[in-house]
Amino acid sequence: MSTREPADGAPQRPAPGRGRLARLLRPRLRRVDLLIAALLLVLGFAAVVQVRSTQEDGVLASARQEDLVRILDDLSSRSERLRQEVTTLTGTRERLLSDDGSAAALDEARRRTEVLGVLAGTVPARGPGVRLTVDDPEGDVRAEVLLDALQELRDAGAEAVELQGRGGDAVRVLAGTSLQDAEGGVLVDGVVLSAPYVFVALGDSSTLSSALGIPGGVLDTVEAAGGAGRVEEGEDLRVGALRPLEEPRYARPVPD
Amino acid sequence: MIPFLALVAGVVLGLVVEPTVPSALQPYLPIAVVAALDAVFGAVRAQLDGIFDDRVFVVSFVSNVLVAALVVFLGDQLGVGGQLSTGVVVVLGIRIFSNAAAIRRHLFKA
Repeated sequence: MSTREPADGAPQRPAPGRGRLARLLRPRLRRVDLLIAALLLVLGFAAVVQVRSTQEDGVLASARQEDLVRILDDLSSRSERLRQEVTTLTGTRERLLSDDGSAAALDEARRRTEVLGVLAGTVPARGPGVRLTVDDPEGDVRAEVLLDALQELRDAGAEAVELQGRGGDAVRVLAGTSLQDAEGGVLVDGVVLSAPYVFVALGDSSTLSSALGIPGGVLDTVEAAGGAGRVEEGEDLRVGALRPLEEPRYARPVPD
Repeated sequence: MIPFLALVAGVVLGLVVEPTVPSALQPYLPIAVVAALDAVFGAVRAQLDGIFDDRVFVVSFVSNVLVAALVVFLGDQLGVGGQLSTGVVVVLGIRIFSNAAAIRRHLFKA
């Protein structure tokens, strides 16, 4: 669109509106014109300043007071939440890092679990020890002979003991194990084992074998009972029979 | 002609000087600018209608700005500043639109 401005100020072709607009464009210098110019100058200035400040400061600068208060509230509650989270996580980190205690305690707990597992018969065990074989061709060896042998092994420091019967039946022998005479053999914790009986005991093998072999000891007793005892030392014996872990029904640990 | 030059000069001045808006004026400046724009559009329309009057323009320009700022100020004091600002902008926006429509009819006959 071209707004032509006739030299004489009397436009022929343009519409009257355009003529008036052209008149507006024509320079005039009265005091009120200067005032108008000043106002428009201020307007342009203010508009640009406002636009710039809006662009620069983003939302916050032009936000109203109550909005700012709300935003501040949101931010402070959020920062409070985050601070609590930081505290929690820092505490966790401290506990995980500071005392190598945590890792050490974990290792300790794991070690104790293994030790207790060996004692409770819930895990297999291996190590040096002796294998005591009691042959009983006549069926004369009674449970008390085996019990003597077991007591001797315990006295000599056996740490894990297993009693095997014919055909691979095996029972892990624990603190509460009972031995009873039974038809065709010996009843060990509810399992009937028949001869030949084999004790596998883990411990110091020379101590165990000498304890079994002392005069008037286990081997002599077995022979006197009509059986035949034989001791073999081994460097790597395996006690593989397991027991399910039984929760004590009545006894409870006393807290420290 | 001079008012347009003055407007352009004001824009250039604002770009060059880069002032920061005083925080006391921050809620009022945008409303004042919109009110002044309304006055300017009204003036152009009046010129096209042939009823433009310098004195009326000056008075309406200044009073528009002052009244708009006053309304926003009152709204802030009453706790409804945000809503009143919106209201003022809506009203002035409608006026600007109708003035622009009148100007368009004058210039394009449509």
